[in-house]
Amino acid sequence: MVAKQESERLMPAAEQDISDELELKAKKYLRGHGANLEVLRDKKLKGQLTVREKLYGQSAKAAAKAEKWLLPSEEGYLEAEGLEKTWHIKQESIIREVDVIGSRKPFDMILPELGPYTLEYTLSGRYMLVGGRKGHLAMIDMISMDLMKEFQVRETVRDVTFLQNEQFFAVAQKRYPYIYNRHGTEIHCLKEHGAPLKLQFLDKHFLLVSVNKFGQLHYQDVSTGEMIANYRTGLGRTAVMKANPYNAVIGLGHSGGKVTMWKPTSSKPLVTMLCHHGPVTAIAFHGGGHLMATAGMDRKIKLWDIRKFEILHTYSGHAQTLDFSQKGLLAMANGSKVQIWRDSCGNQDYGQYMSHAMVKGYQVGKVAFRPFEDVLGIGHSMGISSILIPGSGEPNFDTWVANPYETTKQRREKEVHALLDKLQPETIMLDPRKIGTVKPPRRKEKPTKKETESEMEAAIEAAKSINFKKKTKGRSKPSKRAKKKEEEVFRAKRPFLEQQTEERQAKKHRTTEAELPKSLQRFAQKRA
Amino acid sequence: MKVKVISRSTDEFTRERSQDLQKVFHNYDPSLRTQEKAVEYTRALNAAKLDKIFARPFVGAMDGHIDAVSCMAKNPNHLKGIFSGSMDGDIHLWDIATRKTMRQFPGHQGAVRGLTASTDGDVLISCGTDCTVRLWKVPVLKMMDFSDSMENASKPLAVYVWKHAFWAVDHQWDGNLFATAGAQVDIWDHNRSEPVNTFEWGKDTVISVRFNPGEPDVLATSSSDRSITLYDLRMSSPARKLIMKTKTNALCWNPMEPMNFTAANEDCNCYSYDARKLNEAKVVHRDHVSAVMDIDYSPTGREFVTGSYDRTVRLFQYNGDHSREIYHTKRMQRVFCVKYSCDGSYVISGSDDTNLRLWKAKASEQLGVLLPREQKKQEYLDAVKERYKHLPEVKRIVRHRHLPKPIYKAASLRRTMMEAERKKDERKRAHSAPGSMPVQPFRKRRIIKEVE
Repeated sequence: MVAKQESERLMPAAEQDISDELELKAKKYLRGHGANLEVLRDKKLKGQLTVREKLYGQSAKAAAKAEKWLLPSEEGYLEAEGLEKTWHIKQESIIREVDVIGSRKPFDMILPELGPYTLEYTLSGRYMLVGGRKGHLAMIDMISMDLMKEFQVRETVRDVTFLQNEQFFAVAQKRYPYIYNRHGTEIHCLKEHGAPLKLQFLDKHFLLVSVNKFGQLHYQDVSTGEMIANYRTGLGRTAVMKANPYNAVIGLGHSGGKVTMWKPTSSKPLVTMLCHHGPVTAIAFHGGGHLMATAGMDRKIKLWDIRKFEILHTYSGHAQTLDFSQKGLLAMANGSKVQIWRDSCGNQDYGQYMSHAMVKGYQVGKVAFRPFEDVLGIGHSMGISSILIPGSGEPNFDTWVANPYETTKQRREKEVHALLDKLQPETIMLDPRKIGTVKPPRRKEKPTKKETESEMEAAIEAAKSINFKKKTKGRSKPSKRAKKKEEEVFRAKRPFLEQQTEERQAKKHRTTEAELPKSLQRFAQKRA
Repeated sequence: MKVKVISRSTDEFTRERSQDLQKVFHNYDPSLRTQEKAVEYTRALNAAKLDKIFARPFVGAMDGHIDAVSCMAKNPNHLKGIFSGSMDGDIHLWDIATRKTMRQFPGHQGAVRGLTASTDGDVLISCGTDCTVRLWKVPVLKMMDFSDSMENASKPLAVYVWKHAFWAVDHQWDGNLFATAGAQVDIWDHNRSEPVNTFEWGKDTVISVRFNPGEPDVLATSSSDRSITLYDLRMSSPARKLIMKTKTNALCWNPMEPMNFTAANEDCNCYSYDARKLNEAKVVHRDHVSAVMDIDYSPTGREFVTGSYDRTVRLFQYNGDHSREIYHTKRMQRVFCVKYSCDGSYVISGSDDTNLRLWKAKASEQLGVLLPREQKKQEYLDAVKERYKHLPEVKRIVRHRHLPKPIYKAASLRRTMMEAERKKDERKRAHSAPGSMPVQPFRKRRIIKEVE
């Protein structure tokens, strides 16, 4: 029944007014609410800003109107009928239902020798990089399913990541991270990083981030080779690291249950949250910048609102790895079981959507959604697999952002543009929308007299209503109790009274200054 | 069970033949483009830097005169041509594209002080200190028709001799009249050897005259008794007069808002006035460090150019109190005359060093035809620069100009002096009876009185 209601909700209601629909669509493009212009006193500025706001509205509407022609592909979906549950639907039955192109995407690659495997997709989702723990590296073109390069480094490989495009990738090996090119040639050995456990690449900043065995965080600019920052986290060894795609802040999960967030320009973490009682095993960030999922050894999976740093939901369960898809699906894996959760009602309450069990109990080490496709890549102890997760990927790509069908020329062009638009490390901050806004005045608004008075009264009331404990040996005599209460009231009043006297003195000081004629004021002695 | 997954066939998303254009797909969803603001800011910063790198405003110098250039005139009917008159009585017609003299108009005995062309571009009128007004036929120029020889010299259509030396001349817009300034303001007809009308208000020399582009019968003059006077040809006497503390060297009407004019003053500032309301300036344009000698509006009316005795040319917004741009070279001496080209993309200055100089109106603009894509890109960069112009880094880069040392020093000296004056005023005010020294805005301070 639930599923049926859902399907009704998802269906575009034909009778809905077209303009209403357009407004709803345009909301996404407005990027937040307009400024409140009513409070402005400057008429000229108000006029200018009104024009600007109007333009924003128009452009959002134009973008919403153009959606119809610009976005040809439709989202995937999986709907259960009758008593069926979506999470009981097997991959085999999905494959039977979808078209030929879709049915070619899932695969199981059994590589028993050099496992367990980890994997990584490019931003466009076209290429996949596979790293086996025992030194096996391979790059695969996911559209043609060509093996582009395969080689062995004969050393422990802990993590792999693509750099700005598929031409280069970084590998966390036994002692150092290395950078290889597409042909498998070693380009750089980054000795300064130490023995890395995890790698991340911030594509807009061209920063390669690594966390090493000693819990040190390194930021290196791969376009200039400069080591931007090197911080000791001081929270021990960790292999849980994820970059927040919304603001490029690095999240680290520690063995003490803490999650810390880092930027390259501060040696202290921006945020430290105690998320679990026990080691954090996995962490994932939603692309919208409002959600974080963490999993811990304490058998908890938690969803956090990282705008307010508040917990939204706690679920019980283990997860070795977590990943959010472009459309907000959450994949988690525990042992050989992969589960996909979905926020079905839009209130960040995730519920089960799909599940998948690896054959023969292969242990899953890494799950990663493939961008712009309804595919989940799984790296496990005996190779790699991919399964179909309908509704996980963004159906429409933008040629200028991430293009799966990129030609060589386009790739080169894009690399140049990416370098021109390379962001400085200072632009990494918790709220990236802050850039270009006005800094709020530092001085706090002084509370009005009335407010302070009411505050004082409230404090006095609170003090009066305190009930004292019953004490023995005459210490609870009525007189003693009255005295105690009086003291308590006085204590509550005191800060307010002190402030009042201070203000009075300051005023007095000011008035003495004002008594001098204005011409002589500059000779008045300045008191400290 | 109903199921659908994203399925793209490669054929649909790639081109068929290699000659085809690449297929481009758009998705304007903001969630695909994270950190938009940081990216935009970076682009604005880079655009500001590139603008500085590409700022090469000087196009070339036109030399040929043998004395200081005293006046210039645009030909409203011919974009490439510009007339210039010099202190030795020579008049040249220049081709801006090749920067060569096309024609010379010899005849004046003393300095040429005023030049103007009729609105149809057929007749050139010059006047000078030799008390003559000369009318010349403007030659129709062919492509390869230039030489410096005197064979190319024209003969005047008419020479009108008059009682006094002339300081300026301006032609009526869309009419047959022109006005000269000297000991008095004379209104002439092309075909009459004597003025058809004469105005006089006070005994001092009138030094500049400009007809209003919107109302053909209205003209404004400035004279050496520090006054700006408005005339209406339909009336027998001058209409209004404004006396300032210092002399106005030149004035120019805003072609798009013809009730407004800007006066280039001796006190280093320019003052924009509304002709209907002369009791205060609308804007005071400051930045020059010496007398402003000439001023000319862009045909768009959004900008004007000024030339100053401090050897610089500055460009102002019509409503901006400080200059947008300063142009200077080591060899440019006192600038006596400036003109905005008729398409608003070039500025021409004539100076004491006998040269005319050609500048771009936008220092970093690319010359020549822009492809539509280049144009789009430029528009985008301008927009992001505008959006982030208040951020300190962008502001610093956009604002920074290299100044010649004497001008830098003079500017800081002027600032010191102004500050001292302000302080002194403040103290005077503090020591005097309240209300006896009202605060006067700078827009009013330099005005002595307005006479009806």
